[in-house]
Amino acid sequence: MENTKTEKAGKKKLTARVILQEALATDVFSMWIEAKEVARTAKPGQFLSLYTKDASRLLPRPISICEADPDLGRLRVVYRVAGAGTEEFSHCRAGDAITVMGPLGNGFPFKRAEGKRALLVGGGIGIPPMLGLAKAREGENLVVLGFRDQLFLHSEFQPYGKVYVATEDGSAGTRGNVLDLMEGAGLTADVIYACGPTPMLRAVKAYAARHGMECWLSLEEKMACGIGACLACVCNSREVDSHSNVHNKRICKDGPVFLAQEVEL
Amino acid sequence: MNMKINLAGVELKNPVMTASGTFGSGEEYGEWVDLNRLGAVVTKGVANVPWPGNPTPRIAEVYGGMLNAIGLQNPGIDLFARRDIPFLKQYSAKVVVNVCGKTVEDYLEVVERLAHEPVDLLEINISCPNVKEGGIAFGQNPKAVEDITRQVKGHAKQPVIMKLSPNVTDIALMAKAAEAGGADALSLINTLTGMKIDINRRTFALANKTGGMSGPAVKPVALRMVYQAVQAVSIPVIGMGGIATAEDALEFLMAGATAVSVGTANFFNPYATVEILEGIESYMQKNHVEDIREIIGCVK
Repeated sequence: MENTKTEKAGKKKLTARVILQEALATDVFSMWIEAKEVARTAKPGQFLSLYTKDASRLLPRPISICEADPDLGRLRVVYRVAGAGTEEFSHCRAGDAITVMGPLGNGFPFKRAEGKRALLVGGGIGIPPMLGLAKAREGENLVVLGFRDQLFLHSEFQPYGKVYVATEDGSAGTRGNVLDLMEGAGLTADVIYACGPTPMLRAVKAYAARHGMECWLSLEEKMACGIGACLACVCNSREVDSHSNVHNKRICKDGPVFLAQEVEL
Repeated sequence: MNMKINLAGVELKNPVMTASGTFGSGEEYGEWVDLNRLGAVVTKGVANVPWPGNPTPRIAEVYGGMLNAIGLQNPGIDLFARRDIPFLKQYSAKVVVNVCGKTVEDYLEVVERLAHEPVDLLEINISCPNVKEGGIAFGQNPKAVEDITRQVKGHAKQPVIMKLSPNVTDIALMAKAAEAGGADALSLINTLTGMKIDINRRTFALANKTGGMSGPAVKPVALRMVYQAVQAVSIPVIGMGGIATAEDALEFLMAGATAVSVGTANFFNPYATVEILEGIESYMQKNHVEDIREIIGCVK
């Protein structure tokens, strides 16, 4: 309940200002925006809805918060250009206005694992929220990053934990995916936090279960409202959910971070 | 300035309502707008038992609109009556409960269950395009529309709004059939059946293959149908379909809608309902309209 109140107080829709836009890899961009009221309450694992300027593209794009600087009132999103909407964002330059809503959803419940050893697992465009988590967490971090080929953000994790890299083409680090790397290095911890494609999350969930580790997964799905009303972005839950009264949870409102055992992937 | 309207014997403080399925039961939007400002809240459809809805992806964006195939996921009438109705009763907006079902008996069970609840109006969804057995099976044949309307009316304690499908050849025929069955009001339009293909995945954008299109792009179609329905019947018509601004709402009112519902606009602008209400008020002030009823149906 405490969490809900904080969220209620912090959630805003406003016009933010773009501070910095950089390309990190092919089709992967990093954008800092100034949105004081959003940055103040944002937590690692929450997301923003970003609006395009073209009204024919109605719906905001849900994008995870990479990191937030509450003192400067700034937030960073690292996103992949996947269509016309994200393409438009990638053309934003310092000084441009961009409408955002957020922070949305619930972040990683990392405070309860303070002082413990954690595995932070990010796959592809699921990597960005792990950076904010690595920076915010107190305790040992083992950071496992999976890429197809080009690396991004990996060096920024260095000060916050031991970084392991896997690439599908073998151009850097372990050849293969994050699971190949984790299995190979025999990585274990008290808790796992993961964000990435569903097959990866499914494998991480199984890995955590095999090793008896607590595991939190950040999910994604096509969304309309981002606040729990439209019921577009549901995932299957193991138990009947108290709100939906069926085996569905809302990723935007009840997640996007879930305890692995709670959800069926 | 009078904003009050009478909808099938129920007085609404203003004609701005919410479209079923786009506003939950108000809780999520209560964080953004004061629900007391709204004429009525129309809930997401509720059935006799919980429905899990369709697989994901359930939505896709299209030019100027969106497709949805949620599949009427709902918690069932028991939890709804225990949780959602008391929530809405904290506010002065009238409560309209949207009812869905797979068989006539399903609808009647919910309608009877609501008879003793503090609900102001019922809206019967006979037009959902995303559930095979449910809704649309009743909504595309005038005889079926008239029959189910009559049966619901036989069991309902509250005034009954029949929600019509636009996926028909002649909307006036359907409107007349509902009126003949005893409907107290009509609401239209539900979504237009549509489809999108994801060319990268080479498959349907929606798991359900097809979905219902809504959003600003459907407004001209909706407005035409609302006008035709208004011309065809003497019961009040609630207009909806792509309303995103006060100007849109005013068009529907001028075409003869007694009230308007804001739907998809909520998804991209959580303030949409109240902004539309305030926009109507400022239009009236600017144009010296003393009573909203002067506008309703002013375009014949």
